[in-house]
Amino acid sequence: MWQYQFMQHAFEAGTMIAIVAGIIGYFVVLRRSAFVAHAYSEIGFAGAAGGILVGIPPIYGMLLGSIFGGSSIAILSRRSTHRDVYIGIILAFALGLGLLFLSLYTGYATEAISILFGEILGIAWGDVINTALFSIVILVGITLLYRPLLFSSLDEEVAEAKGLPTLFIGVAFLLLVAVAVSIAIQVTGVLLIFSLMVTPAATAQHLAPRPSRAILISVLIALAVTWIGLFVSFYTPYPASFFITCMAFVLYVLVRVFHHKIRAPGEQKGWRERISTLSRNQSSRAVSANALGRPAALRFKYKDCRPSGGGPGPFCIRVPSGLSLAGADRTRKVGNICEACSLRTPSGPR
Amino acid sequence: MNVAENRIFTQKAEPVLVEAQNLTAGYPGRTVWREANFTIRKGEFVAIIGPNAAGKTTLFRLLLGMMRPLGGSIKLFGSEPKRGSPRIGYVPQQHIIDDESHIESMEIVRLALSGRKWGFSLFANDDRKAAISALEGVGAADLARQPLAELSGGELQRIFLAEALVSNPDLLLLDEPLSNLDMRRERELLRLVNDVVRTRDVAALLIAHNINPLMPYLDKVIYIANGKVASGKPDEVLTSERLSALYEIPVEVMRDSRGNLAIIGIEGHHRDE
Repeated sequence: MWQYQFMQHAFEAGTMIAIVAGIIGYFVVLRRSAFVAHAYSEIGFAGAAGGILVGIPPIYGMLLGSIFGGSSIAILSRRSTHRDVYIGIILAFALGLGLLFLSLYTGYATEAISILFGEILGIAWGDVINTALFSIVILVGITLLYRPLLFSSLDEEVAEAKGLPTLFIGVAFLLLVAVAVSIAIQVTGVLLIFSLMVTPAATAQHLAPRPSRAILISVLIALAVTWIGLFVSFYTPYPASFFITCMAFVLYVLVRVFHHKIRAPGEQKGWRERISTLSRNQSSRAVSANALGRPAALRFKYKDCRPSGGGPGPFCIRVPSGLSLAGADRTRKVGNICEACSLRTPSGPR
Repeated sequence: MNVAENRIFTQKAEPVLVEAQNLTAGYPGRTVWREANFTIRKGEFVAIIGPNAAGKTTLFRLLLGMMRPLGGSIKLFGSEPKRGSPRIGYVPQQHIIDDESHIESMEIVRLALSGRKWGFSLFANDDRKAAISALEGVGAADLARQPLAELSGGELQRIFLAEALVSNPDLLLLDEPLSNLDMRRERELLRLVNDVVRTRDVAALLIAHNINPLMPYLDKVIYIANGKVASGKPDEVLTSERLSALYEIPVEVMRDSRGNLAIIGIEGHHRDE
């Protein structure tokens, strides 16, 4: 596989794009800007189609298009609650333009297909260099913006009161998204951009509560799906972007399902603590049965608990006994101890 | 200076944090309230009450430097309010918390300390320590690792209080922190704010709709209604005579058998906006 130069280029560009998309994607998800990212990619499509028409490389056309579209969206919709309406208006217009450019262009239709759905195996050495340059720009930009961007994404009101230029941060971030989108399109195409820019980050934020770790996981997921997608598509007749989208999706679904299983309703701790609770629980159950020796009939059994080896029920929670709980948490302490799993049960709705 | 403020002055000579003289606030073409005179000293617990849209949050915007006075002057720590003062801790009325976001609570507190710095910090252990100790200060250390989206209203308010306190401010601005809490949580939060005010010697301005749960703790009240501002000790300001004289309409301050106050006559005359 490695003897082919196009595979080397695909892996080089794919790796850089996965890293960038994984990082930018985290903030896209955090700021609920997924629609913006999608709009950029379609505006970028118009730019690329225009680029092909006038004979400049599609990547520059895409960059021009998405930066132009990006700044107009950022300025039009500043703090508007109707942001999605503005985005939709610009997006529809851009797509129309793109269609016109394509119909004016008399060359091969495969160029258009590769913009729409990605053609990573067709990446040339020049594209790799461009991707590297743009990736460096994005990484430097995100590194500089990191803390103010995180703060203004999490708590815009306080960030603004503390004197952060939240509008500037928002516009700067959208420009970085525009650049990231225009390089990521090479891998996934316009229509599948979410598979690298949104899905890995959305999966990662379910796995790690700390932003730096979530970003790391997001990058690792993006890298893994890109590499495996490339590898599989080399040996099969199907496109890499299909495998990338597919794996990212399956991973997301698995994490969501798995996540709900281990984080039962009412359970507030992370999954690690939950698991350690479960194992500790087995021994405490034995102790309470033998040492206390109370008749089982007098002990409380929570109705939703599954006693026969099925583990604690969804409403049984563990409350650390030595911890002093102030105020609002006290309600959780007064629950009964469940006979079946010897965890506490909350005494009513929170 | 009026009688009430003279008395406070003689009781404790704490430094003045906020001083308003003939302060008029509003937006070009629309005055919200005019000619307010008040001072706030270090370590005072002050309630700002009044009907909806009377301009309570406007006062906060002036103090945060996000708005300029239309007339008169407001001095904060001896100079004009500027945006981004680290000596102010602010809890806005609305926090938009994404219920899909799984970011741990500690992060928002940590960022309140270091979020203004550009760049990336790989090992933010000092920030984290400061965030944990701010959370401990409000009895929320056990919430540090929990996702914001999973906290209850009362728990969230404690996180926001920690967020406001983490930079060790001299002045706390709390915009309707009680609005989504039931009576028990309301009492708990007020007790907590009072503890913070007394132990840290920080002044707190708290916007509320109902003054009654606050009465046991207050040093001062700023009553904003009908474009006018009354301020002073609660017992002296909230009397039928004082308010009737200020608003030039009959205002009745009633007390029930438990000492709960009800102010009648102003809200009905409130301008429609």
